[in-house]
Order: sequence, then structure tokens, then C-alpha cells
Amino acid sequence: MTTAAAPPQPRRLYRPREHRIVAGVASGLARHLGVPVIAVRISLVVLLGFNALGLLLYAAYWAVLPQEARNDEQHTRRDFAALVPFAAIGLGVVLLQALVFGDQVATTVGWMIAVVAVGAGVIWHQSDPSRREQWTDANGKSGWMAAIVGETDRRSFMLRFVGGGVLVSIGVIGVVAIYSPAGSLSSVLNGMIFALVGLLGVGVVVAPLVWRTFGQLRAEREGRIREQERAEVAAMIHDQVLHTLALIQRNSADIKEVQRLARGQERSLRNWLYKPTASPTERFSAALEQAAAEVEDTYAISVEAVVVGDTQCDERVAALVAAAREALVNAARHAGVQTVSLYAEVEPDELSVFVRDRGAGFELSGVAETRHGVRGSIIGRMQRHGGRAEIRSGVGNGTEVRLTLPVSRESVTAGKESAR
Amino acid sequence: MTEPVTQSAGRLTVFLVDDHAMFRAGVRAELGQHVEVVGEASTVAEAISRIGAIQPDVVLLDVHMPDGGGRAVLESIRRTHPQVKFLALSVSDAAEDVIGLIRAGARGYVTKTISPDELAAAVRRVADGDAVFSPRLAGFVLDAFASRPDVPVADPELDQLTNREREVLRLLARGYAYKEIAKELYISIKTVETHVSNVLRKLQMSNRYELSRWAADRRLV
Repeated sequence: MTTAAAPPQPRRLYRPREHRIVAGVASGLARHLGVPVIAVRISLVVLLGFNALGLLLYAAYWAVLPQEARNDEQHTRRDFAALVPFAAIGLGVVLLQALVFGDQVATTVGWMIAVVAVGAGVIWHQSDPSRREQWTDANGKSGWMAAIVGETDRRSFMLRFVGGGVLVSIGVIGVVAIYSPAGSLSSVLNGMIFALVGLLGVGVVVAPLVWRTFGQLRAEREGRIREQERAEVAAMIHDQVLHTLALIQRNSADIKEVQRLARGQERSLRNWLYKPTASPTERFSAALEQAAAEVEDTYAISVEAVVVGDTQCDERVAALVAAAREALVNAARHAGVQTVSLYAEVEPDELSVFVRDRGAGFELSGVAETRHGVRGSIIGRMQRHGGRAEIRSGVGNGTEVRLTLPVSRESVTAGKESAR
Repeated sequence: MTEPVTQSAGRLTVFLVDDHAMFRAGVRAELGQHVEVVGEASTVAEAISRIGAIQPDVVLLDVHMPDGGGRAVLESIRRTHPQVKFLALSVSDAAEDVIGLIRAGARGYVTKTISPDELAAAVRRVADGDAVFSPRLAGFVLDAFASRPDVPVADPELDQLTNREREVLRLLARGYAYKEIAKELYISIKTVETHVSNVLRKLQMSNRYELSRWAADRRLV
């Protein structure tokens, strides 16, 4: 149990104001020696067994040690309730001592009472909520002591609680077994019943305390979660919304820029509020929406994207998305409109995408041979991947690009063959 | 009782329900040229009492408000004044908000990014008893009804969209106006409107099975 990991700090023996039960002697010693305070307390209590040596030591230290300087941050509330378990354990130890060294208490009943006292002390110490923080802020420690006294989780709590209960019940059974007529099985049974009743009694006494402890833990956790969520929302608003608003203020003369900023912000907020996030490399709809978002951001238009159904992305689907993106870019650059509609539908046998604008329109035959946007990126690309592209446009009537891609036959037949 | 719907002489009366005063002021200013804004409310309770007293032609309804939101207003008013028509106007275009409001009985759903002229047109269409479908809404409906190839449905006429209705919805989702849809499908505008209204009716009247399936698909239950 070393403190090698701890930063070197000047060690002075004094009695701290916080974490004290009576006068702070035990916690002062513990801090000085670098051992858990519970170990010091237990040692003192055990030493009590040797002709009250523990009490003598405690009194001596109390008299000699200086008290820690007053500090506003520390609360000086003293917790007398925490004294009870140590008193109980001490009582047990004194009784044991009396049994071992003297013969004042003659029978084994004394032993049993001692065991009961120690068990009850353990339970009581456990169920006191205010002790909790004391162990949790000693979080650097590990080792056998932490396994027993560390308030790490509910399981160890239960373990210790049950351990105390077993001690108490063993003691009670012992007392009953001694006082009942010896030898019969029914007496042992009676003893068990008494033990159960005893445990029940202890439970009734302790249950509210345990309940309160769990309640506090729960409330604490809920509060932490709420705080985390609020922090997340605040961070998002700070990172995105406030910056966008600042940019809008700075660019308020440039209407196009303002619209672009507002649209981008709206989209990201919308996604944040309503959409489960999907990776654009995996899902068709996510890929399309990402393409639409890019076009919106680049060309300061709005794309009304509607996607019905969804499917996995593969190479051919990616080509379809790329062609749709090219159609969107064309509409944004040449149609001279503010809004472009994008509609995609996933049907059992084919995927279809429609990009429509109500802009200037053009004659397909009038497009120069040297322009590759429509021929190469849309029609050619769709043909290469086994799909079809159709462009309907007329001067003044807007443009609609229809892209269809049959669902891959190969994957279907491959699936059938492997099933065979 | 107020006068019957023949308010052709007077202008359309519109009531605003929204918990943001700024937004109400903006809508009032924009819509004021086209229709008569007869009142506004910022809370559910206020809206219910005032709409009941004024009985406007159309209520522009915000979806997200404290105390139950637009849906509470809609359900309460529809019980007492079934002739009042509702157009939902929300910043949210989440599928559950849209379909939820339509199921409760709204005649249309538009988002707050809509342009003033479009909003005025939408109000007029709702007042005439027609349904207002945005492309997005059409997409949601298709999504909700589609992709169930082999489900045995108890009452196919009620639950299934006809092919024609599906076509109309698909064109709507592609960004076509009613007029353009009519031209595309060689039918009259009136027929397009009938198809759309039928879709809306089916959406409200679908049976429990349909509803629970829809909700389960979206993890709402």
C-alpha cells in the first residue's frame, strides 16, 4: 500500500476538519501514513481490546495533534452517527478480549454477542449514506482494502451487507442453540427461525437507510445525465447556431450568402433533431441526401429531397447517386431557380431517381458535342451500370432528369445458387 | 350558427395558432393581403375557446406547442365544429408529426419555409375542401403505404392505395403541381384533387392493423 503514484506533498501530522467522526485523529493518522482511514479506525478499535489501548492512544493523539487550519471550502460537520458502528465493533472487541484474557463473561454467549455486535457494526457502517463520498474520493486506491471498503459498485455493497448479515445470524443462531435443549434437530430449526427473525429485524431497521442510499445514487445519476444532455445541446448550439448567426450578421448585405448559411444551418439542425444518422457510404438515402446537401451548400439553392424506401449502397447504386448529383448540379447552375426537387424511390425491382426544376430548360439536341456533363456523367454513366437516363426538357418548361437502375440480377441469382 | 360557407363576397377568414409572437406577426403581415386574419392564439386553451367563438374558415396550426400541441386543438375543435378546416404549419417535417396531424384530421401540412404566395394558395385550397400535399408529405405517405408486397389486408379497398393514387402521389413527390399532374396523366385537375383527397381519407381511416404496423415500422411504439 504505497503512495508512490501520488504527487509529493508536505506531510504534517494534524487533525483534519473534514472526514472526521469524533476528533479527526484517525483520518489525520491515515493521511499521514498514507493508508485508508478505515484501516486506522479498525486498528484503533482492535487495540481497544488490549486493555483499552486504542482509547488511550486516541486520547493521546487528540491531546497532542494540532488541528488543521480552518478552511472555508471544507465543511466541518461532524458525523456522530458514524461512531455507532465503531462503537459496536469496539464493544465486540472488548467482549472478545474479556473472553480471551479474563473469565468475567464465562459462556460462549459472550462470543456470540460479540459476533453480533461486529456484524451489526459492519452493516450500520455500510448503510450510512454520508460515508459514501468519503470512500469515493479516495478513488486512487486499490488492493485488498478497496475490495472490502471501497464504495465501487452496488455488488460490493451487497456483498458487504450480506457479510454483516451472516455474522449477525451466526451469532443469533449460536445464542439460540446454546439456550435451547441440546441435541434435537428442532432446536437447530428454531435457531434458524430466530436467526431469520433477527435478520428481518435488522432489515427493517436498516432498509430505510439502504433505500435512501440507493435513492441518492439514482438521483445523482439522473442529474448527471440531464446535465450531460444539456451540455451537449449547449455545445451544439454554440458550435453551429451561434457561429452561423454571427456569419449572417456579418454578411447581411449579401442575400445569397445569408440564404446559403441559413439553409445549411437548418439542414444540420433538422438532421440533429429528427434523423438517425446513417453512413452515406452504406445507405442509398443517406448518400442521396448528402449529395443534395453538398449541392445546396455549393450553389446556394434549396433541394427538396424526398426519398421513399432505402437500400444498401454498392458500386452501381453509388453510380446512380453520382448521376443524380450531376443532374442536381446542372439544375443549380443552368436552370436559374431557387428550388430543385429530388425524388427517389426504392422498388423491389428497380431504383428510380427524379430531379426536376422549373427553370429555363434547354433543347437536348442543341447541346454541343463537346459538353460532357449530360452525355458522360449522366447518360453514359447510367448505361455503363446497366441503367437508363431520360431527360425531358423544353425551353421555358423546366427540366426533369429520370434515372432508373434495375436491381442487380446477379446478386439475386448468386443468392439462389448458393442456396441450392 | 354563422352563415354557410358562401363567403365569396367577403374574404376568407383565417385564424393563427402559434406560440411564437414573432412568427404570428410575420404570417399576419404576409397573409393579410390575400385573406382576412380574424384572430390568433398562443396557447392550446386560448385557441380552443377563441376558435369556437369565431369559427373561422381555416385555422393555421402550429404542431409543437406546450400542453399537447396542435393535435390537442385539432381534436377538440373537430368534435364541436367539424366545418372548421385545419392547415398545419410547422417547422418540423418529421414523418410522425406530419402523419400524426393528418390522422387527427388536418387537411394539409406545410412547413414554415413555405413562401407567402404558396401559403396563401394552400390556405385557399384547404378552404375549398381540397387537400394540400407537399412533395415531402407525398413521400411519407408513399413510404407508409409502400413496400408491403405480400401482406394480407382485411379490407383492401380501404387500406390499399390504388395504382392511380400512387401515381398521383409519386408525381406530387417529384415536384409536379396539380395542373402538371393532370397533363401528365391525361386527366382533369378535378380528378387529381379527388385522388389526393381519397389518399387523405384513407390515411385517416386506416384500420388498427395498418396504424400499428406503421407505428412499429417507425419505432413509435
